[in-house]
Amino acid sequence: MSTKNWPLWEVFVRSKNGLEHRHCGSLHAADEEMALENARDVYTRRSEGVSIWVVESKHITASNPEHNGELFEPAQDKVYRHPTFYDLPDEVKHM
Amino acid sequence: MSEEQVKNLEKQFEERIARDEKIEPKDWMPEKYRKTHIRQMSQHAHSEIVGMLPEGNWITRAPSLRRKVALLAKVQDEAGHGLYLYSACETLGVSREELYEQLHSGKAKYSSIFNYPTITWADMGAIGWLVDGAAIINQVPLCNTSYGPYARAMVRVCKEESFHQRQGYEIMMKLANGTPEQKEMAQDALNRWWWPSLMMLGPTDAESIHTEQSMKWKLKRKSNDDLRQQFIDQTVPQADLIGLTIPDPDLKWNEERGSYDFGEIDWDEFWQVVKGHGPMNKERMKARVDAWEEGQWVRDAAMAYAEKKQERKEKQAI
Repeated sequence: MSTKNWPLWEVFVRSKNGLEHRHCGSLHAADEEMALENARDVYTRRSEGVSIWVVESKHITASNPEHNGELFEPAQDKVYRHPTFYDLPDEVKHM
Repeated sequence: MSEEQVKNLEKQFEERIARDEKIEPKDWMPEKYRKTHIRQMSQHAHSEIVGMLPEGNWITRAPSLRRKVALLAKVQDEAGHGLYLYSACETLGVSREELYEQLHSGKAKYSSIFNYPTITWADMGAIGWLVDGAAIINQVPLCNTSYGPYARAMVRVCKEESFHQRQGYEIMMKLANGTPEQKEMAQDALNRWWWPSLMMLGPTDAESIHTEQSMKWKLKRKSNDDLRQQFIDQTVPQADLIGLTIPDPDLKWNEERGSYDFGEIDWDEFWQVVKGHGPMNKERMKARVDAWEEGQWVRDAAMAYAEKKQERKEKQAI
């Protein structure tokens, strides 16, 4: 008989059609079916969702906050990616 | 890392919190921050889990179907709150098994209020009204605490808690407006739960060892004494409204302070209960440990079944 503990799962819930699934927490379950059932009981007791995703936490790869500088700072000096970077006369309409 | 580097990181960390930035699980944090959060969040989770026991006691004996569905839903919410908080706590690198082990071995504490017995139906009213009322006062400021997963869990908890208090007050209201025996039952429950509810907001500021650091980390926004005063000021008029009497002969409106003055709290009783000598400490822990141990074969069977299914799937894939 196995004495392994139930693995951890991350839960994502779509609150209504038209919106994205959003991470809302985690839980323990033996398999994906149980993870879905538990997610329904733990995270949608008051009609918070119309769709649930569960994924075992070990399958998520996360960026390291220590690398935030090299990952995200390069975007900060690329102002030319924003429409306001371009000077146009006020007379130009619909742009 | 050198001592100076750590000091530097700590300084940046404190500045981030002062700027109201949230701390997320993978961010660097001082070891003390991590430990304090594990302690407070797990205590909070344990309280939700043990908190199911006094009320679970009355589910099968609720006086009507309406009361029964409400009580069931409330107890289920408490299970849910425990689970949100455990999972938030696990983001700090502690496992669920370790947390349970700390509870079951008596190493971790839970709210002392759950070590009192629930002897009449009116206790369900008093718990919802007073205990959940005090819990809300404690919890609302935590929705803005500095640790992201804790703050997010608290937002969910607070949203759900308000129904708990209202259903409790409704039970008390109904009893207070009922037969003389029913009213007496309500008054008796208020008499027994009033002082433990005041103690639930924690020791006086002079004796609270964690306050200063916790304020800095926004684990606490108001002192225990301020929270207690807030609880008393908002609860006394609620008792008046349904014709029940707060069991405190020294309770008096203080015009100058715009608050109620109140009598001496029996802190000896509080510390006795915290140290494990309350009326129900042993029974609560036994119920909890029994439930965990008797469920072991179910957890094992579910895991074995999951592994069998996985193996079958892998074989078919070949």
